[in-house]
Amino acid sequence: MSGPVVRPYGDTTGDGMVQVSFTLPVPHDKRAEGAALQLAAKMGMDPALLVHARAMGDGFTFFVVYGRVNHLVDLSAVRVVERDFPLLPAKEINALVKRRLRRKLTVVGACIGTDAHTVGIDAILNVKGIAGEKGLEYYRELRVVNLGAQVSVPDLVEAARAERADAVLVSQVVTQRDAHLHNTREMSAAFREALPAGRRPLLVVGGPRFDEAMAAELGVDRIFGRGTTPREVASYLVHALVTGNGRGGRSGE
Amino acid sequence: MGGKLGLDPAVVARARELARRAGQPVVDLARSHTTVSVERAVLRLAGVGGADPDGIPWVNRLVDAVVADVGLSHGVAVPVFDALARESLDDVTLLAQRAAAGSVRFEVPSGRAATAARRAARRAVAAGIRRVDRRRVERERLVRRWGDPPRRPWVYLIVATGDIYEDIPQAQAAARAGADVIAVIRSTGQSLLDYVPEGATREGFAGTYATQENFRLMRAALDASSRELGRYVRLTNYASGLCMPEMAVLAGLERLDMMLNDSMYGILFRDINPIRTFVDQRFSRQVHARAGIIINTGEDNYLTTADAVEEAHTVTVSQLLNEFFAHEAGLADWQLGLGHAFEINPEVPESLRLELAHALLARELFPDAPLKWMPPTKHMTGDVFRGNLLDGFFNLVGALTGQGILLVGMMTEAVVTPWLSDRDIALQNVRYVLGAAGGLHEDFVPAPGGFVQRRAGLVLDEAVRLLERIVDDSLLTAIGEGTFGIMRRPADRGKGLDGVAAHASDYYNPATEILEADAAGGAVVAAGVSA
Repeated sequence: MSGPVVRPYGDTTGDGMVQVSFTLPVPHDKRAEGAALQLAAKMGMDPALLVHARAMGDGFTFFVVYGRVNHLVDLSAVRVVERDFPLLPAKEINALVKRRLRRKLTVVGACIGTDAHTVGIDAILNVKGIAGEKGLEYYRELRVVNLGAQVSVPDLVEAARAERADAVLVSQVVTQRDAHLHNTREMSAAFREALPAGRRPLLVVGGPRFDEAMAAELGVDRIFGRGTTPREVASYLVHALVTGNGRGGRSGE
Repeated sequence: MGGKLGLDPAVVARARELARRAGQPVVDLARSHTTVSVERAVLRLAGVGGADPDGIPWVNRLVDAVVADVGLSHGVAVPVFDALARESLDDVTLLAQRAAAGSVRFEVPSGRAATAARRAARRAVAAGIRRVDRRRVERERLVRRWGDPPRRPWVYLIVATGDIYEDIPQAQAAARAGADVIAVIRSTGQSLLDYVPEGATREGFAGTYATQENFRLMRAALDASSRELGRYVRLTNYASGLCMPEMAVLAGLERLDMMLNDSMYGILFRDINPIRTFVDQRFSRQVHARAGIIINTGEDNYLTTADAVEEAHTVTVSQLLNEFFAHEAGLADWQLGLGHAFEINPEVPESLRLELAHALLARELFPDAPLKWMPPTKHMTGDVFRGNLLDGFFNLVGALTGQGILLVGMMTEAVVTPWLSDRDIALQNVRYVLGAAGGLHEDFVPAPGGFVQRRAGLVLDEAVRLLERIVDDSLLTAIGEGTFGIMRRPADRGKGLDGVAAHASDYYNPATEILEADAAGGAVVAAGVSA
């Protein structure tokens, strides 16, 4: 049950030191500083060291607090979605699609709902890519259809059907009022309604604020969080649609 | 400043000439077409206001009714004022309400009826333009009374809560903390709405809806702050998306001071039809010129999708095109907040020197324009500490290259919408850099033939080569092929195309007539202003 246990590290193993900053809606005075220390104590910081307090506008104070927390982190109890597919080089991805699928693998991408932030989907799809890694358009055996921003869910379903998409990639940046979650559920429901299981494309969503463990709950096949690279997405697509025994999609048709 | 880069004046002149040749066919296209939004803007100037119980503005209902009866190609002014006379009404909004109920039939009159309708339309629209003129004079008076910011660049800060009544105290706090310009970010869906929402709004997505009432509320709040602070605090919103011409009119009527207004942004980043955009663009710029509004162009956006080093010249090309379109529409150099951004990957060797070269190139190409300098976004990683350092370097380049408008970078870019404390920390950063190095541009003279000069020359040469290609292929083809920001946008696709029509031979638009006649006569602010 209990595995390796760690604590935050300031400058000595086990010192448990953390640093936090926050704002309280009170004017800056002695009472405000006391209030900040009270909050720090309730957050489990003991002792808490108020290192900076600064008035901001009327009736707000910003604080920086350093202190020791008593909490322990049980590494054996950490649950994350580990990458469960091999990360392949571009060349091998192309070769696998060509040899095993014997046609191009079609990917339809979009930002859905009111989200106009195409940065994420463009980073994954555009040739330009991100962090020195080329996007999916660069893969010879992938056919990429980027629908761009503010695509309605019915339009996306229709485009996926018309393009005979193997996979649909959706990126969501705006998270106000959980818009990213609502939009994703709406999208997966629409695909379930429009297409029978065997003909449904692989549904992949990505965005900086998603919890990667929520795929089943949102009705999609995979969620990618911040820092995902195009090669990871391409490797996953090949794993799920070509080599793995994950969802078959339309492969082998 | 001037002459720090040793740019070849012949190359600069050639770049401008190419931009003119690339842009002229688009201007011709804009002069021979209209859109539903241009016509709605005309009706707003003629005094149509308000919305039906479903929130659809009466200008939309009226334009739709006219289009259903006689189409868009004649313009709506003459059919509307002809119907007004036939119905013996004197209130255009009342006519809109009757038309929406289906009790008015529109026609294209001829002979005397046509002449009378033109005259009545022109009279009504002229009254609207006089209101815009009065707001401009009022701004000039208030700037004289309360004063401009004490230094350049002007500090430009964003608020974006979604609720105008939350935005107001945030904007006032930002002004008190040193912001010279407040921008209210729009709700993310608004650019694709084909109508302007009405009234004060309290819900939006990653921004606040732009409405006439929200404009009025925020301007009044900033007037109060300006009075308190003894400096005129400017207000910015967006003349972009499908309702760009109407936004320009509402901004003019409510004395907004700056508007984001790019010639190609809607095409590239919102997939709005290119022809729709260029027609709407020209009209909105004519209104901005008249209203004394400073436009902010959106070149920074190219660099968020394309590489800031390889594609630096597309920014220069777009700035030159924006300048041409702006001058053609009557905007003066002081109204051109041409955009550019600090978006080079900080891992690239010499990234700061490259940024300096690019920023200085913009400064020297457009010496009289108040350039808008945009902070890093693409390479903000969520590491807020590193982000604050990057923003400091961004501020330093802004100071060293004499930028006119500095959009304050947030260390929490790409993490959250800015918190109160993020804004405060960001403003401290700006104040420190401008306080410590605000005059350093006097001493910053790049070495002749050195890295910065060579880089600037190279970008300009690449810009000229790209412009040559655009002139050969046409601008619409270049946009269709993904020359800017990598997005491919063909002229026969995109949103809003069904709201575009070619002019019929009897097309009449009294607003364009007045704006062009007065601009040509050199009397930008017309008589009657003192009223």
